[in-house]
Amino acid sequence: MAIFNPIDIRKDFPTLEQKVNKHNLIYFDNGATAHKPKVVINSIQEYYTNKNSNIHRGVHTLSRQITEAYEQARVTVQHFVNAAFSHEIVFTKGTTDSINLVAYSFGKRFVKAGDEVMISAMEHHSNILPWMQLCEDRGASLKVVPINKAGEIKVEDFTKLITDRTKLVAITHVSNTLGTINPIKEIIHNAHLRNVPVLIDGAQAVPHLKVDVQDLDADFYCFSAHKMFGPTGVGVLYAKEKWLNEMPPYQSGGGIIQTVSFEGVTYAPAPLKFEAGTPHIAGGIGLATAINYINQIGFEQIEKYENELLNYAQSQLHQMEEVEIIGQSEHKAAVVSFIVKGLHPYDVGMILDKYGVAVRTGHHCTQPLMDYYKIPGTIRASLAFYNTFEEIDTFVTALKKAIKMLS
Amino acid sequence: MSIEENEKEIIDEFNIFGDDWESRYEYIIDLGKSLPLLSDAEKHDNLLIKGCQSKMWLKTYFDGTLMSIRADSDAIITKGMAALVIRVLNNHRPEEIVNAPLNFIDAIGLKEHLSPTRANGLTSLIKQIKLDALAYLSKGSSETK
Repeated sequence: MAIFNPIDIRKDFPTLEQKVNKHNLIYFDNGATAHKPKVVINSIQEYYTNKNSNIHRGVHTLSRQITEAYEQARVTVQHFVNAAFSHEIVFTKGTTDSINLVAYSFGKRFVKAGDEVMISAMEHHSNILPWMQLCEDRGASLKVVPINKAGEIKVEDFTKLITDRTKLVAITHVSNTLGTINPIKEIIHNAHLRNVPVLIDGAQAVPHLKVDVQDLDADFYCFSAHKMFGPTGVGVLYAKEKWLNEMPPYQSGGGIIQTVSFEGVTYAPAPLKFEAGTPHIAGGIGLATAINYINQIGFEQIEKYENELLNYAQSQLHQMEEVEIIGQSEHKAAVVSFIVKGLHPYDVGMILDKYGVAVRTGHHCTQPLMDYYKIPGTIRASLAFYNTFEEIDTFVTALKKAIKMLS
Repeated sequence: MSIEENEKEIIDEFNIFGDDWESRYEYIIDLGKSLPLLSDAEKHDNLLIKGCQSKMWLKTYFDGTLMSIRADSDAIITKGMAALVIRVLNNHRPEEIVNAPLNFIDAIGLKEHLSPTRANGLTSLIKQIKLDALAYLSKGSSETK
């Protein structure tokens, strides 16, 4: 393992080396999407340049080679989250698609009128709307577990709300808006005591921390490639084998069957049952390359460095009287959401952009959470391991200028 | 003054700032701070333009000949930009407003406010003003929206 040096790491990311509005780009919008290292970009180009062929179809050499590479990508993902089997890894379009798949297929098989699905108050719309839709369709009800002002979920609150009608708990691992790392292992453990399976939205967790689905004992774990330095349009649903075997297909089409006649269909076993149509082959290859890239750095170093970055950013912002940090859990990934008293987040974000600082402003697709804090939105700086302390200094200077201009 | 003359006047004012974006923004921010565009009592939810990151209220009135426009926002920059648009379009005939190309926004270096992102309130404001103008045009009688 090489010694961690963000200056060297930045050289791997071509998009970071540019000027925006005549300033060096400071990219603090990694929660929306992360940049891609050259190795990932090259792997996608290499696929289309030299390897292009369809998978699971032809007997010819190119098809066989790319099928092997694609299935190897699945094994890479399996090891990345420490799944027991590679067939527990379903490739999807992204986290949203993964959650929709479970809401549809699990919901169709297991959720009936009068049943309950449980989520938390800090969920992304992607982990709210599919369940609202499911509950509406099935005559089930959605229960929402509250959070406290620090932006934390109490395990006992979750446990208290579980009833005999609870069919599924769906909760985020790391909040995209607050950065809170939720105690999902305990929540899963307690839900399992009541025989309730748990889905984890891992979109904001996988770029920052080591995930072990067996240790967590998660039933479903969803994430996207593009937030972890891979390409857009591809994501993962990890699901325990027993659920995949019981769930019906999500979409129908080529590749998901063993035999078809007009009298009936025998479906292929998971994961192919859930992967109708030609998948995002280059995306799968790119994702595996991104995982190998992350593994080279190692989560031990990533977590340590990002924690230092987070603490530094928060301490700098704490010193500013007019700034209030939203989400003050002690267990946070490298995300800082804040408001500037008396100013609209949109105005602050506009001026920061003029100084080359890319942040996200608004409700971050968590409107119920904004309602809870009674604010229109926040300014969110979401960091990655290629960000630096110097960038935080420049960001704080730009923020002070913005506040001066707007006040 | 015609819409074009109003635009020209603003372009001339902004020319003084040259390449200095900070001065341009300070001007917009000052506009946003100084103008009481709508009172709190007038800011009904039915005047809200949906889909903007900041809140934007729009109230238009047609006296049978000319259309008057008032708008407000809870974000200062959006409000300042709205004030400029109103200065250009206010008290003109609906057909003039419908057809106004509003090139001044690009000419004063603030085109980024028209980018097609969901964060953008100005595009929605202009679209709604023009839709109101079209509605007045087809009815022809005085009305408030």
